[in-house]
Amino acid sequence: MAWELDSDRPIYAQLVERIQMQIISGYYPPGGKLPSVRDLATEAAVNPNTMQKAFAELERSGLIITQRTSGRTVTEDIGMIGEIKQELAKEHLKDFIEKMKELGITKEEILSLISESVN
Amino acid sequence: MNDLVEIVGLTKAYDARNIAVNNMTLTLPKGRIIGLLGPNGSGKTTLIKMMNGLLVPTQGSIKINGHFPGAETKARVAYLPDKTYLNHSQKVSELLVFYQDFYQDFEIDKAKKMLENLGIDPSSKMKTLSKGTKEKVQLILVMSRNADLYILDEPIAGVDPAARDYILKTIINNYNPEASIILATHLIGDIESVLDEVIFLRYGQLVLYNSVDNIREQQGKSVDAYFREVFAC
Repeated sequence: MAWELDSDRPIYAQLVERIQMQIISGYYPPGGKLPSVRDLATEAAVNPNTMQKAFAELERSGLIITQRTSGRTVTEDIGMIGEIKQELAKEHLKDFIEKMKELGITKEEILSLISESVN
Repeated sequence: MNDLVEIVGLTKAYDARNIAVNNMTLTLPKGRIIGLLGPNGSGKTTLIKMMNGLLVPTQGSIKINGHFPGAETKARVAYLPDKTYLNHSQKVSELLVFYQDFYQDFEIDKAKKMLENLGIDPSSKMKTLSKGTKEKVQLILVMSRNADLYILDEPIAGVDPAARDYILKTIINNYNPEASIILATHLIGDIESVLDEVIFLRYGQLVLYNSVDNIREQQGKSVDAYFREVFAC
């Protein structure tokens, strides 16, 4: 049940990434409620202070909103979520294209490979 | 005041050549889970015993919430030693009552609930329980106290990985921003992600006190891997 985390990178950064992914994928939908720091820390099997730090970072970016009475919720700004999704997709693409270049695969081959895989 | 433990110039010397703790100065805040790490003989247990008032410093001082170790601090410090001190012929239920008698801050219902969760029969005598189950019982007793400082000496050493997970989750769940937990262990990799900060000791001296994430950031590796580097034999 504990989250799988790399042991050689700071934990809080990985928590931010993971929660961000869960928001983008809709696991935590826009406007939806988030579990408490303590509950999520227990699920992830990490220190609550570290989870708190991750939440604070996500709040700073506006992805999460803290309401005094009702706890933490995901932003309702679908535009913002969409933008972050695009940015992450582009990062993955960049890595992929670099790897393809390393393999010496041409632009046309890349496009046809992608077409094949997606269908 | 956010300082829970204040250690100043602390030394424990048994004789001129056997200095178990050597001029240590360190301040630990509230609300942290701190790993106390170091090779065997580095002074971890001696430091822990001094915090518990079981040993007296040769020089320097320890204060817990502003008090020197004594009756006041013992009421506010929950200690889980690595060797059991509990009476093995007693039943678990009798130990619950013993703890309740002894410690004002003991939450017996919390302990009963945890025993139930683990399927431990309170009417069993300690001596009939497996090693791992005994360790769980002892941990439950200690974690059911509402203390300012919990000192756990090798709480997960003799247990299987699933039990370790349960123990770590219990520790996370019990987190209280007014209290701190000091966890002395050799199983660094297992507990790293549960720790805020770590202390490295060698030959009775403080080698470092830093957060897990800082170490990972600065060293580009886990605390476990960094420890192996620092203490390579």
